[in-house]
Amino acid sequence: MDKKTVLFQKHTDLKAKMVPFGGWEMPIQYEGIIAETEQCRKSVSVFDTCHIGEFRFKGNIATSGIEKAVSFYIEKIPVGRCKYGFLMNEDGGVVDDLIVYRLAEDELMIVVNAATCENDFNYMNSLLDGSSEFVNISEKISKIDVQGPFAKDVMKDIFDADFDNMKYFGFSHVTFDDKEILISRTGYTGELGYEIYSDVSQAEKIWDSLLADERVKPAGLGARDILRLEVGLSLYGQELDENITPVEAGLPFFVTFDKDFIGADVLRKQNENGTDRVKIAFEAATRRSPRHGYEIHADGKIIGEVTSGVFSTMLKKGIGLGLVETDFSKTGQQIKIVSGKTQIDAKICELPFYKGGTARKK
Amino acid sequence: MKIFYTKEHEWVKIEGTTGTIGISVYAAEQLGDITYVEVPDVGEDLVKGETFCSVESVKAASDIYAPVSGVVTATNDELMETPEIVNESAEDEGWIVTLEITDTDREGLLTAEEYDAYLETLD
Repeated sequence: MDKKTVLFQKHTDLKAKMVPFGGWEMPIQYEGIIAETEQCRKSVSVFDTCHIGEFRFKGNIATSGIEKAVSFYIEKIPVGRCKYGFLMNEDGGVVDDLIVYRLAEDELMIVVNAATCENDFNYMNSLLDGSSEFVNISEKISKIDVQGPFAKDVMKDIFDADFDNMKYFGFSHVTFDDKEILISRTGYTGELGYEIYSDVSQAEKIWDSLLADERVKPAGLGARDILRLEVGLSLYGQELDENITPVEAGLPFFVTFDKDFIGADVLRKQNENGTDRVKIAFEAATRRSPRHGYEIHADGKIIGEVTSGVFSTMLKKGIGLGLVETDFSKTGQQIKIVSGKTQIDAKICELPFYKGGTARKK
Repeated sequence: MKIFYTKEHEWVKIEGTTGTIGISVYAAEQLGDITYVEVPDVGEDLVKGETFCSVESVKAASDIYAPVSGVVTATNDELMETPEIVNESAEDEGWIVTLEITDTDREGLLTAEEYDAYLETLD
């Protein structure tokens, strides 16, 4: 039985189509996936992301063991900032991608994917020496994302935070309805946006306050998938998994190679010597949508497979990411996306597909 | 003129030996926003029960099956650039092909009433 978020009734009232996702029953769309994608690019969308997992850590960051399997130095994150990276296995594969929030010198919030939440918690817990507090707070925390070019204006009207000075991947604590909530300038759409972490008891009031603004509409997982792919963001389970390394996935930027974390030696070798396969981005020549699992062909043979593919609302054509043999991974390489008798002509290109995102706007 | 439906959610409008084929309003709603329609070539032979094109949406690619056999006489080229017509008007402006029907086999075709009753059994 899939779990329901605290906002389930809100989705039902809005006549959302619900689907199972990562062990949760989540809205895939409200009025329509394309309309919701355009809404986020042009105005502001609100997303229920209460399914996402959160852990709280309190203890000595350098000595407790919390650093062991994380691809970057947690201790180097300044208080008030957060950082994206990977939870690693011994083979250099990715157990999950995560964001670590430095709440205080000795205190963290770690944000992970829904489907992997329990496994991540048990794995990280097994690496700790017992001197710290480490708690899965996912059931107590709700998360709502506010994304779009006018997100700051909408947030300013509702929350009392210094949004003008909040940097990309920065956060602050604010009081809402007499309780403390955390707002970070982060997101998964490529647009200026915020993620709001609160006690579950506050979620409905936050959701309603946001939707009371006529610039804001709800968006579901369908729009979220197009939005993240248009700006080239990876999705765990597709571009990343236990058998794909961050180097193969084209994400070495999020790895600190001189840090000794679990799996680091594999990544160092790959970073020096290259890998047999690598992540690529491609644009279809038509409106046809590539899809997860379709074959990628070049020179008349299979060179890899599509990891994610959608019809891009902004580009009006099929776009996708794939994992292919490195010999065929150069920008401009002509490829064919194949599934049964479906053949889609495509070309390897640079990321992002959509270049108008406002996420880093000053 | 008669309109029939299939359990695969195609419709066919038959006037003499001329047929027009599309997907039903129900099918368009289930697919969600339609982003691409693969239209066959004029002159192509369609065989009853066999797939002759596919309709892609933001959610999935779906094969479309010929409700009757025949030869394609025209295709709806508007769908190339504006496939969303199928969402807006699935059983009228969102037609996919017209054809010269070459068989008299109407087995498996449902009247509008029968199709509505069939939809009641779904969900």
